[in-house]
Amino acid sequence: MNGKRESLEVQVGETLLTMLRERLYYTGAKKGCGVGECGACTVLIDGVPINSCIYLAVWADGKEIVTIEGVAQDGQLSKVQQAFVDEGAIQCGFCTPGLVLTATSLVESGKKCCREDIKRELSGHLCRCTGYQNIIKAVEKAVEG
Amino acid sequence: MFRIEGYIEADNLNHAANMLADNPNLLVIAGGTDLLIKVHGGKVKDVELLSIREIKELRRIHSYEDGSIGIGPLTTFTDIANNLLIDEHLPILMQAASSVGGPQIRNAATIGGNLCNGAVSADSAPILFALNATLKLRSKTGSRIIPITDFYLGPGRVDLKQGEILEEIVVSSDNYKGFYGHYIKFSMRKAMDIATVGVAVTMSLKEENVFDEIRIGLGVAGPTPLRCLEAESYAKGRSISTKTIAEIGKLALKSTHPRTSWRASKEYREQLIEELVQRALKKSVADAGGVRLE
Repeated sequence: MNGKRESLEVQVGETLLTMLRERLYYTGAKKGCGVGECGACTVLIDGVPINSCIYLAVWADGKEIVTIEGVAQDGQLSKVQQAFVDEGAIQCGFCTPGLVLTATSLVESGKKCCREDIKRELSGHLCRCTGYQNIIKAVEKAVEG
Repeated sequence: MFRIEGYIEADNLNHAANMLADNPNLLVIAGGTDLLIKVHGGKVKDVELLSIREIKELRRIHSYEDGSIGIGPLTTFTDIANNLLIDEHLPILMQAASSVGGPQIRNAATIGGNLCNGAVSADSAPILFALNATLKLRSKTGSRIIPITDFYLGPGRVDLKQGEILEEIVVSSDNYKGFYGHYIKFSMRKAMDIATVGVAVTMSLKEENVFDEIRIGLGVAGPTPLRCLEAESYAKGRSISTKTIAEIGKLALKSTHPRTSWRASKEYREQLIEELVQRALKKSVADAGGVRLE
């Protein structure tokens, strides 16, 4: 869990999102639609972006989980976070943690991607402020350098 | 918090089949992207879940000695979209896999769940219909193999008998070698949407301008995914022209029973089916090196 081992007992009906927010206080994972459509609750599970609102907490046993709280290292913003800041890719900020995590996984995959690829990779995230242009620019920047 | 009464993690296929035989109330869960939404919405209540997530042998894509491609039901759409065997032999399935939901959904959702939930809008169904796929179903007492075209019984209902689990999806080589295909998912948005209509076509050429065989699989064109047999038999051995293809579009429509839903009207779906079958065919013919029709 963000590089730390956590041990806790969960109920079978508990979602990973609830566990993260209400037990471990990683409130950077946001609850939006609750049905896997908006992407606000996205976290990385073994490096893969997953909607934590439709992922049972029990499935997380033994997995490596990264939330937005685990992205900056030693108080230093990651390349993706810095690109979001530089490009002004943040308005209300609710969708930002999920988008940063999906973008992080994309950057770490080392895949070469064009603008269209980036749009496709980010298509599971809704930004109600509709700040998509700057978000895409930020991810382009992070992927390039 | 989901209302989940019980949860069992199956260690292997035998374990899962035994558990399912012992407790008919168990619902099989894999990716959860469909079932958990139903639990969330109260459509299914107080469920007892049998998870097959840890059965690693169900998450693989491989080729048999005879060239058949086997796809485990636990294979996610991301797995399919990135798989080299699928890229080489079943590119049309790759096309469909890439069109499902969005990336996070494709990372979790499995092809087995997409079929077993009986959704008429399942993106994988029209393609597997057009590929004459077969399904291997396993229970405590044995296994049976059925064509996917017999699997769907009605909206949300499939031919999984009490205690049965989908073990593998198989596409034999004679059903894909020499075939070209195209899938058109018609939806309002490019991502995170459900097909208004899904059209899958596979076809082989006898000559540059003569059809050998065509197969048309449709989604959301009736209560279940379906094939257009009349159009298919009309096309067999026929020379390819705009006129022939227009006739195939008309005949394909005759096999369908679209309905009006909040997504689209029956009339709109009928227009789409007739037109998109033609477009998918023209694209497939061109890809196969046949005549190019506008």
